[in-house]
Amino acid sequence: MATEILMPALSPTMTEGKLARWLKHEGDKVRAGDVIAEIETDKATMEVEAVDEGTISKLLIAEGTEGVAVNTPIAELDGGNGAARPAPVSTPAPVPVSAPASAPVHHHAPVIASLPEEKDWGPTAPITVREALRDAMAAEMRRDKDVFLLGEEVAQYQGAYKISQGLLDEFGPKRVIDTPITEHGFTGMAVGAAMTGLKPIVEFMTFNFSMQAMDQIINSAAKTLYMSGGQMGCPIVFRGPNGAASRVAAQHSQCYASWYAHVPGLKVVAPWSAADAKGLLRAAIRDPNPVICLENEILYGQTFECPTDPDFILPIGKAKVERAGDKVTIVAFSRMVTVAMQAAEALAEQGIGAEVINLRTLRPLDTATVVESVKKTSRLVTVEEGWPYAGIGAEVAMTVIEHCFDWLDAPPARVHGIDVPLPYAANLERMALPQPDWVVDAVKKLL
Amino acid sequence: MAVAAETRKRGKSRTTAAAPGPDRGRLERAYRDMLLIRRFEEKAGQLYGMGLIGGFCHLYIGQEAVVVGVTMALEDGDQVITSYRDHGHMLATGMSARGVMSELTGRAGGHSKGKGGSMHMFSKEKQFYGGHGIVGAQVSLGNGLAFSNWYRGSDRVATTYFGEGASNQGQVYESFNLAALMKLPVIFIIENNKYGMGTAVERASASHDLSRNGAAWSIPGVAVDGMDVIAVHEAAQAAVAHCRAGKGPYLMEMKTYRYRGHSMSDPARYRTREEVQRMRTEHDCIEAARARLQAMGLDEAAFRRIDDEVKAIVQDAADFAQESPEPDAAELYTDVLVEG
Repeated sequence: MATEILMPALSPTMTEGKLARWLKHEGDKVRAGDVIAEIETDKATMEVEAVDEGTISKLLIAEGTEGVAVNTPIAELDGGNGAARPAPVSTPAPVPVSAPASAPVHHHAPVIASLPEEKDWGPTAPITVREALRDAMAAEMRRDKDVFLLGEEVAQYQGAYKISQGLLDEFGPKRVIDTPITEHGFTGMAVGAAMTGLKPIVEFMTFNFSMQAMDQIINSAAKTLYMSGGQMGCPIVFRGPNGAASRVAAQHSQCYASWYAHVPGLKVVAPWSAADAKGLLRAAIRDPNPVICLENEILYGQTFECPTDPDFILPIGKAKVERAGDKVTIVAFSRMVTVAMQAAEALAEQGIGAEVINLRTLRPLDTATVVESVKKTSRLVTVEEGWPYAGIGAEVAMTVIEHCFDWLDAPPARVHGIDVPLPYAANLERMALPQPDWVVDAVKKLL
Repeated sequence: MAVAAETRKRGKSRTTAAAPGPDRGRLERAYRDMLLIRRFEEKAGQLYGMGLIGGFCHLYIGQEAVVVGVTMALEDGDQVITSYRDHGHMLATGMSARGVMSELTGRAGGHSKGKGGSMHMFSKEKQFYGGHGIVGAQVSLGNGLAFSNWYRGSDRVATTYFGEGASNQGQVYESFNLAALMKLPVIFIIENNKYGMGTAVERASASHDLSRNGAAWSIPGVAVDGMDVIAVHEAAQAAVAHCRAGKGPYLMEMKTYRYRGHSMSDPARYRTREEVQRMRTEHDCIEAARARLQAMGLDEAAFRRIDDEVKAIVQDAADFAQESPEPDAAELYTDVLVEG
């Protein structure tokens, strides 16, 4: 039974090549893997191997022939044992398809899924953001034995910022694990553990150091569910302080909000208050997906009212209107909510009602809450500590333009950190980070 | 196995006796599994040549003895993770040839529903954790598999494969340190096929003995003739026993060779045809196993049965991989996040 040997493609883009040399001749016996010919393109020379055993009965293309199209029969092989089936020669050359010329547009923008209203959790008590984060981890570790914390100085030192205070005593060294200073290595280890179903909480001493581990966060944690066709999830939390602290200069002062919010397969939360911190971190730990929790060092010691209900938790993806107003919507997250609230207070004294939205989750964005507010106020100002270029403010503004352009009475405005590496000098640092009067000025320009 | 230590030193198989018995059974199984990988990869190369497989496609031809020998030393529940040269590892863990081949053709029947491709396949059932496209990333992830065994108090062992090229990545050494520090049950398996893409190991690594690359952390290491499936098996048995006993990580350098280019589009001009030919004719793992089995008395009919069985599996996989439909358009949006 004769089998045709076809001109192979060396790469997905090759369409034709030169049959440079025959290494076997008519009548030669070949076995699978034997090199039978050499073919050349403008880029490379490659060997063609026999896939089946048998005898070369006929060479169909002469040595030295140029421009032989891929999938052209180049030789015939008589099967050696009768068991060999013909190569699937009838298949037409499938031209590798790249994106069609006019790719269908499938943006999800028009869909606004509104989450149910938040539950009223009853009585509250004042706690710091630091305590709220610790309590969230402790509660979830009590609830689920698969949850553990690892990172630099989280155990014996009780946390570089004392977020894990007391956890080693309660849960022991198997569940509160000090790692060496080796972000890439321990992040990869935690992601691998999550693939087996464990639920690690990875503390980065600051998010600046997560850059050492970013490949594992994005390429391994965020993409594996998709690449595995839904088989292999990654229930993991990456948390730690994000953004500028105070006088620690450029390498230790950077906001990663837009970096991580860019990535499909990740969720990103950025708590402001103690209630945000406790409720969102608990939700992040329970979430079956990788969640980035961007905290803020300056907020750690600040006190807020937080529900005392032991079951208190917040939904990921739900923003909060922190202050109602009718003239402008100010959208902020993390420490910039403080700045926005101070600005709103100043504006109120001038008779301008500003509505302040605390995003709480950056991905998925609570589009419904933002759009509903802008439809009421007709003006938008975003506030973020990070750089403006491709930032969260840009994303929020574009979302508003897509969904309620006709309601806007003025172009959206952004308040943001200055587009420079953060300087050390006290005066320069202050000049580089958004202040309440920047927000006030931005609002007044829109009125 | 009692002889394992001695065997490791010699780096050679003790299987030279002519009598059929457990050794012949083991070798027959190894021969069949290696042949399946070889024929599968040849077919994948053919389908690639026909344009049915796209993108990157890294074939395992030449290295079959490594994964087959190691896998024979594993038990259910032991985990496997490797790089992008992963088809052989998947077949060795028992993942279906149909599922692998149809993933290569990007079809719905693939192990990742066509969304992963050659470098990204997984099987929870077979404890195969990928298939990773970033050189060295699987080494940190493999520590996580071992960590999971440690955390859960299980005696399962994780096997982490990587090339000698990956062995220069920083995270590999971070992983050596972590594994040794935490006494994780992980076997680091360096598949030294001599070339990281086009760069010979001598031009990339200042370490002349990769089996000692874990020495700074006192990770025991052994160099093994990776073209000898029995030597690999016996060395792996010792490594597995070490890890299962809770003694921490173990490192194996498998001296092996790939016959094909780094990927399908590699003309392999960094080495001579004579070098490749010498490895194929003098050191081929399948030919060596075949010769030994013949010496043990396995007859031609038996070889033919194995050949036919393997050929049928591969042809069936190739047919399935062309008949399986492309993934439904709706699959574009699924599996980004676990819902609910």
